[in-house]
Amino acid sequence: MIVRLRNPTRTLEMDGPMAVTALLARLDIPRESVLVIREGILVPGDAMLGRDDSIEIRSVISGGAR
Amino acid sequence: MKCRVCRGPAVIDVRRHNANFCGEHFLRHCREQVARAIKGHQMLEAGDRVLVAVSGGKDSLAVWDILVELGYEADGLYLGLGIDGYSPESERFARAFAESRGLSLEVVDLPTDYGYDIRGAARSAKRVPCSACGLSKRHLFDEAAERGGYDALATGHNLDDEAAVLLGNVLRWQGEYLGRQQPVLHAGDGFPRKVKPLVRLGEREMAAYCVLRGIDYMVEECPMALGNKHIGYKEALNSIEERSPGSKHAFYFGFLDRAADLFVPGDDDRSPIRACVRCGSPAGAEVCAFCHLLERAGGHLPSNGRDVPVRLGRPISEAR
Ligand code: SF4
Ligand SMILES: [Zn+2]
Ligand SMILES: [Zn+2]
Repeated sequence: MIVRLRNPTRTLEMDGPMAVTALLARLDIPRESVLVIREGILVPGDAMLGRDDSIEIRSVISGGAR
Repeated sequence: MKCRVCRGPAVIDVRRHNANFCGEHFLRHCREQVARAIKGHQMLEAGDRVLVAVSGGKDSLAVWDILVELGYEADGLYLGLGIDGYSPESERFARAFAESRGLSLEVVDLPTDYGYDIRGAARSAKRVPCSACGLSKRHLFDEAAERGGYDALATGHNLDDEAAVLLGNVLRWQGEYLGRQQPVLHAGDGFPRKVKPLVRLGEREMAAYCVLRGIDYMVEECPMALGNKHIGYKEALNSIEERSPGSKHAFYFGFLDRAADLFVPGDDDRSPIRACVRCGSPAGAEVCAFCHLLERAGGHLPSNGRDVPVRLGRPISEAR
């Protein structure tokens, strides 16, 4: 599957199928800091990602000082 | 994973509430949390006119959307910071959102309207960019809210932002900042009321809200944010939250309930307020901090002066 990471944007190829939680663990990404999106739709943590899926792992942490 | 409300398939988990939601009930959860924050902290009253500080990011677009959904009359103000690779794209997202919802957005552009940009101002004033930026935003949003006669200025600060700022302030026991870290600051001395309706929602929830509502926002960060302290505090809190969900909420709301009052400045501690001789905004000295920054950055006040209603920017109808 194709995995697009954001901020900065980069793309990875991973083997599927795999559960969302397993993918995040493999990439060492804390779950609370991202959303997983497939074709514009949120994918919950327990969902399976297929071999041909194209997904986005979107960081949700933003921050400038004030 | 099942929705807590309808038992249908869930799309998002909110571990802090030990709950999962389907799309519909998650959106309802977000609106309820905002309504609860507004009521609990007396941020707004029915019929209030609100100016929303819009950056094109998830939080400011979400708070604007939710305020409109809850029935408030809310206009947006976008401030162009002149940061390459960030500002033009953010402005596009802000404009696209306003246009798609038929909302009124005004655009102030620092380079065009004030003759400076954040990087340049930081360099010439020997400040870090975020400090020059924060000063500019505070001044211009406050001024616009006052001038436009709005009842309040709303920002998209969420629970993660507030908890991270609180952690930073507590680590150094910055009493003065702790005293001002409230979800609502009341109007007075020429300043508008300021409200943070998203304090009961985390930033992951705000991103999910935008995805579910079909709101495109600027995902990429401002380049100046890289590696700053604020993000470090967020990461520290997130690793605590990971092991102990609910910690951020307990930390921030515990502070508001049990400690914030200790730091509220007394009337005697307030610095005397007068009007800046250059721009007329409230100032602690003859010339306000913003006008100082403007001078050092080689900028200028908008050429049409302050007596005539200052052109706030190009109305959305004239969008490029
Ligand atoms: S990261 Fe700093 S410079 Fe960039 S928008 Fe936020 S406060 Fe401004
Ligand atoms: Zn549901
Ligand atoms: Zn001034």
